[in-house]
Amino acid sequence: MKQSYTPRTPEQVAQRVVQDIPDGACVNLGIGRPMLVSNFLPPDKDILIQSENGILGMGHIASGAEIDPDYVNAGKQSITLRRGAALFHHADSFAMIRGGHIDICILGAFQVSAAGDLANWRTMDPDAIPAVGGAMDLAHGAKQVFVMTDLLTKDGQSKIVSHCTYPLTARGVVTRVYTELATLAISNGKFWVVDLVEGLTQAQLEEVSGLKMEKTS
Amino acid sequence: MLNKIFTNAEAALADVPHGATIMISGFGGAGLPVELIDALLEQGAKDLTIISNNAGSKGAGIAKLVQARRVRKVICSFPRQPGSDIFDQLYREGKIELELLPQGTLAERVRAGGAGIGAFFTPTAAGTELAKNKEVREIDGVQQVLEYALHADYALIKANVSDRWGNLTYRGSARNFGPIMATAGKCTIAQVNCLVQLGDIDPEHVVTPSVFVSRVVLSKQVSF
Repeated sequence: MKQSYTPRTPEQVAQRVVQDIPDGACVNLGIGRPMLVSNFLPPDKDILIQSENGILGMGHIASGAEIDPDYVNAGKQSITLRRGAALFHHADSFAMIRGGHIDICILGAFQVSAAGDLANWRTMDPDAIPAVGGAMDLAHGAKQVFVMTDLLTKDGQSKIVSHCTYPLTARGVVTRVYTELATLAISNGKFWVVDLVEGLTQAQLEEVSGLKMEKTS
Repeated sequence: MLNKIFTNAEAALADVPHGATIMISGFGGAGLPVELIDALLEQGAKDLTIISNNAGSKGAGIAKLVQARRVRKVICSFPRQPGSDIFDQLYREGKIELELLPQGTLAERVRAGGAGIGAFFTPTAAGTELAKNKEVREIDGVQQVLEYALHADYALIKANVSDRWGNLTYRGSARNFGPIMATAGKCTIAQVNCLVQLGDIDPEHVVTPSVFVSRVVLSKQVSF
């Protein structure tokens, strides 16, 4: 059967996330897809992007002559600073993060559950090297946790699950999930459909993810 | 006269003994004191415990020490890096010990070590695998994990500008772990891009006050 819908590109997902960030918000971007968000900051809003490695006021990802090895984001990509940016050391950076000064953090995920549990630091692969970075501090410390991820893994498994089977990063913290097919909210132990890409029905989304979802009114 | 400037990295690292615990600043390549690490490799100290955010990548920096089998244990938050094959292989073979910490816990343990604080409670990692075998207490209604301060025999850091007293400024996100590791090392050695006369750094702009720094080495190759 021919697919009746076109999934969002990662850039389109980043633009969708940006729509939900209020003017003046302080937002941390995690490694992977979330780093794209810094390329779509609207000029008419003051959004302060925090990077765990000591930056408040990060700008777009650098290219050409802008590239400078001393200016990188959490994923070690070269970045730029916005006017008004501040630089600080790691203990100050995580004081911001744990201390409740970050409004939203946007993280990648291996699994997100209907209870808002997040698993994003190790899989069950015995050969994989465990690595956690700032994920646990962010998941705990930020006022809201958004996840930006593909709905399906490369093997076609849904990352949206009823219960996480991978080791948890934090329990009950995720409030929004932005994927190539839909935007979901999490509350009261359920996934709620906020939007779907054109041509996709809720029934199709439930079939792909294997989960029953609620409709927002 | 107080002069902490050493002629080269080899001289600054000459007394590192086997079994030393060494903090190394840097977040990926930014702020990594590559010339000090290379000098440590030449110097030959082994059975080292390395405290750093990463465990090296692409056969450079800390990866060289790991490859030369000079590292017994790594305390870090993110060992998995593009090209971290040597660490990955030794870890799977059980030939290198890893203590994995959330990044904020790593930073705060270093800060505590340098600030004379013995331990602290943090909510980060409560209820996860990384809190296993650690004391957990409910404080203000939140489960919190007991974490102890980290100390080091040496802290190898990269800064931008220094004077002969060792007052330091940093550059961009290369600051990362430098200022806190400087406080937690018994002997802190700074690789710097530039040396200036006393008084040329505005006192308002000093990031690491000189008392935290023992030795200063001017980079042979400035990397920006």
